[in-house]
Amino acid sequence: MKRIATALSIAMLLAFFAQTAWAQTLQTVKQRGQLICGANGTLAGFGLPDPQGHWTGFDVDFCRAIAAAIFNDPSKVKFVPLTPANRFTALQSGEVDVLSRNTTWTMSRDTTLGLDFAAVTFFDGQGFMVHKSLKVSSALELNGASVCVQQGTTTELNLADYFRSHHMALKTVTFATADEAIKAYDSGRCDSYTTDSSGLHGERLRLTNPNDNIVLPEIISKEPLAPAVRQGDDSWEDLVRWTHYAMLDAEELGVTKSNVDDELKSANPEIRRLLGVEGQFGQSLGLTNDWAYRIIKYIGNYGESFDRNVGEGSPLKIARGLNALWTKGGLQYGLPIR
Amino acid sequence: MAAIADTPVLYVRTAPAAKLPPPAAGSGFIGWLRVNLFATPGNAILTLACVALIAWAVPPLIRFLFIDAVWSGPNREVCLASPAHPEPGACWAFVRVWLSYFLYGFYPIAERWRVDVFFAALALGIAWLGSISAPRRDLGAVYFFIVLPVLSFVLLYGLPAIGLAAVPTNLWGGVLVTIVVAAVGIVASLPIGILLALGRRSELPVVRWLAIGFIEFVRGVPLITVLFMASVMLPLFVPQRLEPDKLLRALIGVALFASAYMAEVVRGGLAGVPRGQYEAARALALTYWRMMGLVILPQALQVTLPNIVNTFIGLFKDTTLVFVVGIFDLLRTIEAARGDPKWATPVTAGTGYAFAALFYFIFCYGMSRYARGVEARLSRGGRR
Repeated sequence: MKRIATALSIAMLLAFFAQTAWAQTLQTVKQRGQLICGANGTLAGFGLPDPQGHWTGFDVDFCRAIAAAIFNDPSKVKFVPLTPANRFTALQSGEVDVLSRNTTWTMSRDTTLGLDFAAVTFFDGQGFMVHKSLKVSSALELNGASVCVQQGTTTELNLADYFRSHHMALKTVTFATADEAIKAYDSGRCDSYTTDSSGLHGERLRLTNPNDNIVLPEIISKEPLAPAVRQGDDSWEDLVRWTHYAMLDAEELGVTKSNVDDELKSANPEIRRLLGVEGQFGQSLGLTNDWAYRIIKYIGNYGESFDRNVGEGSPLKIARGLNALWTKGGLQYGLPIR
Repeated sequence: MAAIADTPVLYVRTAPAAKLPPPAAGSGFIGWLRVNLFATPGNAILTLACVALIAWAVPPLIRFLFIDAVWSGPNREVCLASPAHPEPGACWAFVRVWLSYFLYGFYPIAERWRVDVFFAALALGIAWLGSISAPRRDLGAVYFFIVLPVLSFVLLYGLPAIGLAAVPTNLWGGVLVTIVVAAVGIVASLPIGILLALGRRSELPVVRWLAIGFIEFVRGVPLITVLFMASVMLPLFVPQRLEPDKLLRALIGVALFASAYMAEVVRGGLAGVPRGQYEAARALALTYWRMMGLVILPQALQVTLPNIVNTFIGLFKDTTLVFVVGIFDLLRTIEAARGDPKWATPVTAGTGYAFAALFYFIFCYGMSRYARGVEARLSRGGRR
């Protein structure tokens, strides 16, 4: 799904020109009075305006969390909609302070584009959707199946690799756009449709009978989505990274938007450190010590944001899967605040 | 003579006979059909093919757009197939809910009246300048070219000094952006294009080469590249403080691009004016600018009016390309909205695009009709 080739080559070229010394982002943000966040603008559940023009989504709430930590006001964010083509230059040129736009953390991006990824906020990957009538419950049963896929994407390559490595016969049916591919799948031209699992759930709703289709549990590629910042401002990167971990720690400790005020009186030392009752952890980020309290107060913990935007509380109903806490068999592991 | 008079006359018709109708096959509805639609076998085949095409395409379209359409409802459920409604049509309910976003983008809700005033002011300017019978069209021109741009800027961008809060352009979107980009492109491209065309035909080599260089360079690169360069490359070379606004960059790109095309159109018109007209103007001792303004350009622009409007229509549709630099024009707002899980259905995207098609058709067809009217009026003048 990532049409990156052109953008990447241009961006790599430009990375030479981009200045590496971008210290003081936090200072700039504080002076400006708002955070500028590069977001998607067209992806349901991650970054999409509502009919009133109010931004919503998982990536959007992450930026609001940063703003809440800095300003004690989650509305002090300006969202800039970015395309896959211009997202990296927007970050490099200083147009945005943080890029929170379902961007896959890959080695080449990390090493050549003059940017750093802060933390994986969403473990995405390519999945399959099939008609229920096919009576298939695993991608390994798709031997000989025809699969609708968008042409010229890494998705198409991953698909071929997966079938080949499992010695299964594959009939790909390719389309120039995702729209055509999903239409063809809906009309029964293929047994299965494949794209990144974050998109798959949104596409399912566009089918004639969404409930006659299921998303298979297998994830066949690694698409770790992470917010990115400019290389060379380590303290800003720390702030973005710990925003994520604070939300994870809060979920693990059971601190939620609704009980956070009560938890201030908690005797649990981990909660006391998280909420700034003990220790000077906020100050070491250049913030006040109640930075994490603010995040949870306004945005909630990781699980709440996930549930509200993409999970069971949203129309997308994406399962936690890899994004469950490590204590529940997932990969999300909040680092200790101490 | 007498012999004739004596011959008994059997019958003399004194009144003309009633006219017989022309042969049925050559007149009336059937005659019209024969002449216009079935004149030759080839013609007949084409007619039948067209009728078949219309019969095949139009009824399902009308069914989809109107008969089976859903006009209101709270969420996607109303637009899904159900036993009572097996073939869902266009989901206009979705467009109704999202309409304000399609019109204004992220423009703050409390300030949207300013956009409405802008639309009204623009419509007034177009009506004033465009209608031949409107009073004081000289004032209309002043209004359109001087008052309106300033007024629009103050209204849309804001002027905190007089109590209009600033609305940064990254919040603009939808129809507002489409209209602003098209209007700036159209209004700027005609004068710049005329100057470039005159420059290209100038006898001063520096002017001529500059004009040729600009026109050929701009025509040689796609608009999408110009926009991409303006939005992606510029920020890397210019300090952030001096960096022009993103929408402004796109506006400049579109205006320059349209100007180059307009220059070539106008040049075609200039070449169509007979040489004698130039010589006559010179013989009257008119200066270069008066010759151009009074004699040559009025004729050249009249000849080339259909092409000018053609360029405007092309420009109007090209405005959608600003999406590559992350500006949400009408089409982009629709594409964003169709992903809304509250409204995602099999017909949502189709309805959104139908809405966009309707919008573009109304504007482009309007421009085209207006140009036809002006052309007819001008050619009447020519015949006199």
